[in-house]
Amino acid sequence: MSTAIRLLLDLFFTFFKIGGTTFGGGYAMIPMMQGILTEKGWVTINEVIDMIAISEMTPGPFAVNMATFTGMKAAGIPGAVFATLGVIMPSMLIIAAIAAFFNNVKDSPAAKGVLKGIHPATVGLIATAVISIGRGAFFPGGLAAGPHLFSLLLAALVFLAIQKGGLNPIVAIALSGVAGILVYVF
Amino acid sequence: MQTPDQAQQPRSHPPRLRLLYELFTTTFVIGALTFGGGYAMIPLIDDAFVNKKGWITEEEMLDIIAISQMVPGPLAISSSTFVGIKVAGFWGGLVSAVGVALPSLLIICVLSTFYLEFKENRYVSAALQGIRAGVVALVLSAVLKLGKKTVKRRFDWAMAGLAFALVIWLDLHPVAVILIAGLTGWLVARREAKTS
Repeated sequence: MSTAIRLLLDLFFTFFKIGGTTFGGGYAMIPMMQGILTEKGWVTINEVIDMIAISEMTPGPFAVNMATFTGMKAAGIPGAVFATLGVIMPSMLIIAAIAAFFNNVKDSPAAKGVLKGIHPATVGLIATAVISIGRGAFFPGGLAAGPHLFSLLLAALVFLAIQKGGLNPIVAIALSGVAGILVYVF
Repeated sequence: MQTPDQAQQPRSHPPRLRLLYELFTTTFVIGALTFGGGYAMIPLIDDAFVNKKGWITEEEMLDIIAISQMVPGPLAISSSTFVGIKVAGFWGGLVSAVGVALPSLLIICVLSTFYLEFKENRYVSAALQGIRAGVVALVLSAVLKLGKKTVKRRFDWAMAGLAFALVIWLDLHPVAVILIAGLTGWLVARREAKTS
């Protein structure tokens, strides 16, 4: 098998695994994505964070955006297509199976039990993602170089504005970008 | 070519290819217009397929949403696949899933080219530096919001804490954590059912 085809298959199956094991959608994908994709060397933690921002500002599911970006960076347009197909395939297959055979799955006590365990665990997993992306955002020079005080302050302000003032995510990202330019360029 | 007979068919049963085409264009538009992921998409799907086209009843839609939230993967994909299957079988599901994902694929292909090209630019990298701090705040807020909704009983706290600890201190893979959590939830539910 040529290395190009092997890379495409690797992208497909990696995203297939992510799509097939992430419950809750959206941000629930972050812990899976950042761990697996940075280990593979396809993206950096900062690129994951940037993709979260880009996903908030563009239409469509985060999972598809992240798959497209990773595939594109690793192997161009074919990579984007294979990664995206991989991430959407498990839901498609499972829904097709449910529609054909188990239409009563939503009343199944076993399925409900499994989800009762998975849903709170997802919250714990996303909390771990906050730590990894925090490390990327606040320690741009590595942990030894110490935290970036301006970034910490900005994050605290945005957090307060979201919690107290209900700040919209798109506005939050735009304002953070402007603050970054004002502080780091001028 | 459409025969007059086909053209006169009721609105809820257009010919098959036409149906697949309409599924594709409808889900494509929904995928292109929805900011904020799956949950933001549900009202648009509901409006398009229940109210405008009348292909799906309100009751079917509630089932579709409930089941789509139970399966892994993006909610946008599971719910539109399900709608497509209900309307036009397997191929309906396929074109709907592709339709809803395609706008993101196209947009991100273009944007990522620009992003990779310009992220080292002085202004862009300064903006990104600020944006990353904002994103941490966004994700933290999302954890709190989701936590308030999902983590209520003592068992929920235990599962959330266990998941966090397994990843942070034991460096366990998130996939393994999901499997453990699902198995635990199943065992606990089974025991509760037996004792009651």
